[in-house]
Amino acid sequence: MTKRGETSRREVLAGGMALAGMAAAGPAMAQAQAQEVSFFYPVAVGGPITKLIDTYAADFEKENPNIKVRPIYAGSYQETIVKALTAHKSGTPPVTSVLLSTDMFTLIDEDAIIPFDEFIRTDADREWLKSFFPAFMENSQTGGKTWGIPFQRSTVVLYWNKEMFREAGLDPEKAPQNWAEQVEFAQKLTKRDASGAVTQWGIQIPSSGFPYWLFQGLSTQAGSILANSAGDRTDFSNPAVLEALQYWIDLAQKHKVHPTGIVEWGTTPRDFFERKVAMMWTTTGNLTNVRSNAKFPFGVAMLPAGKRRGSPTGGGNFYISKKATRAQQEAAFRFIRWITTPERAAQWGIDTGYVAVSPAAYETAAMKAYAKDFPAALVARDQLPHAVAEFSTHENQRVTKALNDGLQAALLGTKPPAQALAEAQAEAERILRPYR
Amino acid sequence: MTAYQRATVHGWLLLLPAMSCLALFTHWPAVASIIDSFYSTPRPRRPSRFIGLDNYEAMIADPIFWRALVNNFWFAVGTIPLSIGLAILMAIWVNDRIKGQSLVRMAYFTPTILPMIAVANIWLFFFTPQYGLIEQVVQLFGGNATNWLGSGDTALFAVIVVAVWKEAGFFMIFYLAALQGISPSLGEAAAIEGASRWYYFRRVLFPLLMPTTLFVLINAMINAFRMVDHIVVMTKGGPDNATILLLYYIYQVGFSFWDTAYAATLTCVLLALLAIIAFVQYGWLERRIHYR
Repeated sequence: MTKRGETSRREVLAGGMALAGMAAAGPAMAQAQAQEVSFFYPVAVGGPITKLIDTYAADFEKENPNIKVRPIYAGSYQETIVKALTAHKSGTPPVTSVLLSTDMFTLIDEDAIIPFDEFIRTDADREWLKSFFPAFMENSQTGGKTWGIPFQRSTVVLYWNKEMFREAGLDPEKAPQNWAEQVEFAQKLTKRDASGAVTQWGIQIPSSGFPYWLFQGLSTQAGSILANSAGDRTDFSNPAVLEALQYWIDLAQKHKVHPTGIVEWGTTPRDFFERKVAMMWTTTGNLTNVRSNAKFPFGVAMLPAGKRRGSPTGGGNFYISKKATRAQQEAAFRFIRWITTPERAAQWGIDTGYVAVSPAAYETAAMKAYAKDFPAALVARDQLPHAVAEFSTHENQRVTKALNDGLQAALLGTKPPAQALAEAQAEAERILRPYR
Repeated sequence: MTAYQRATVHGWLLLLPAMSCLALFTHWPAVASIIDSFYSTPRPRRPSRFIGLDNYEAMIADPIFWRALVNNFWFAVGTIPLSIGLAILMAIWVNDRIKGQSLVRMAYFTPTILPMIAVANIWLFFFTPQYGLIEQVVQLFGGNATNWLGSGDTALFAVIVVAVWKEAGFFMIFYLAALQGISPSLGEAAAIEGASRWYYFRRVLFPLLMPTTLFVLINAMINAFRMVDHIVVMTKGGPDNATILLLYYIYQVGFSFWDTAYAATLTCVLLALLAIIAFVQYGWLERRIHYR
């Protein structure tokens, strides 16, 4: 018995070693046969995203039999970057991943990604790189190099309830065009009961979680840019920034047309559906959600202008891992080029509600038919010429937190706005000085 | 080898699998955190180097750290006594023979089995101004509208309520088990002697439940430092750090800021706090408890 046991164990060991040998030889063999491209992606909006991505991967493989794309759903944006960077630090990162465009500096500082410039060789490649909306490229390029390719991108727009506009004696087809009109409309749209309690707010600009993003709409409209393109300087103590913050605070404190305190991002669309608010600022990513849940006619418009129009972009870019093999990187590049062609960008936009990433995508037949049926889908595109890069710096989330805390303190009234912004600026200076 | 030696070797061998797992996943990370806290965060162009107590100095100068510590103190003070008190109350209530007993027991236990992320999303809407469940009840009694999660004064209170709601049912199960182990003859004897229900609870039941209370207390203390899932969903530590708790701050520093050395430093504080709590409870409190 013992002897047989010994033998069989040795056999198992031998088998195991053979397997290990095969695994070691694997990459070499794969190079000759098929490249495997692991691909981390997050899901941040509703809809059957995982199914769509799987279909794209399968279609791509059909056209490129020597490349195997392995999409891996990795959770929210935050979870995805945690997984991707942890994998990078342990030596086996995904070949490509979709992460926030604002994480570009973080990924560069972690030495986790390579620029796309190395793969751009032909004129067709150069054309392709120029085919995206410039507003989206602002968050994808720094130091003269392209580090990310826009994929699922969004921007902030204004949604309004046409029924309430009519009740308030406003033209239901006309959204506020500037800051003054926005206040004026909101005043007409705010309703109070006999005791003075508000039953319907004029406007809501969410301020929980990531207030900086919506604030960037206001600050851009006031004529300021919060961070430079090198990502090592912020400009929070600019008077225009203060003006923007004061306008936001005044909506609640002075004009009393906006709820006081912090307005929750997640429940704002629900407030809109429940007819508790007449106008809301939120992402274009909510378009499909609002379309299927609003029981009243609604409109979508560009954000009103201050000194100028303005809105930040948002959303995710494709990145390619530095630690992947050259062949894998090339394969990933081909996949990214394939998935961002106008037809696919258009289809992706229609299926998810994201802004299609190139002007050419809006010229496709599928997008034209969709827009004819649902013109609101074009508002985001029309706003893009006025859009700016989403706020992003080195040590992005730390600097962003300083700004978020300052904004919330000012909105809560615990700090005067000028002091809140000056403190956020000082903290940002302290964090960013080593990067200059 | 004597029989005694053999037994010793045997014993250690039996312990080995569990111990190696414990060492690998609990002790080593703790020790590694302590070591890391004396080094700078490694960056691709700036490798990690020994910096002594710099991280600790930075921590003492960090207002958000102190805010998290104070918040955590109030979170513990808010959740622990309330959830234990409610648990005892509910346990005594469902221990009596009442109609629909198992239904009530199940209802009380339900919050425990629900995933915290899902629950927090539901509570998010309970706390919504104007039409949220809580707001509707308040308005029914003519109260003023409150932005529970959106105001610095009430946000911490709101997340405490969710924690208590989540925990009380779980602790109730332990009390219920303990109550079922107490002989009914004690209650009958007290009734014959003419003791009131309150007197019986205070002098008989509660002392007999003390071992359970110690166990629950330890769990509640640990949970007060461990429960942050609902913070992620409901407030993200905001508004302006009003609900930031130590563990959530550690997560932010570690996985949003990628400042691993500073996260390790904060972890050491958490470890030290939990160690002190454990020593006090096991060393001091346990000696004062009557075990049958």
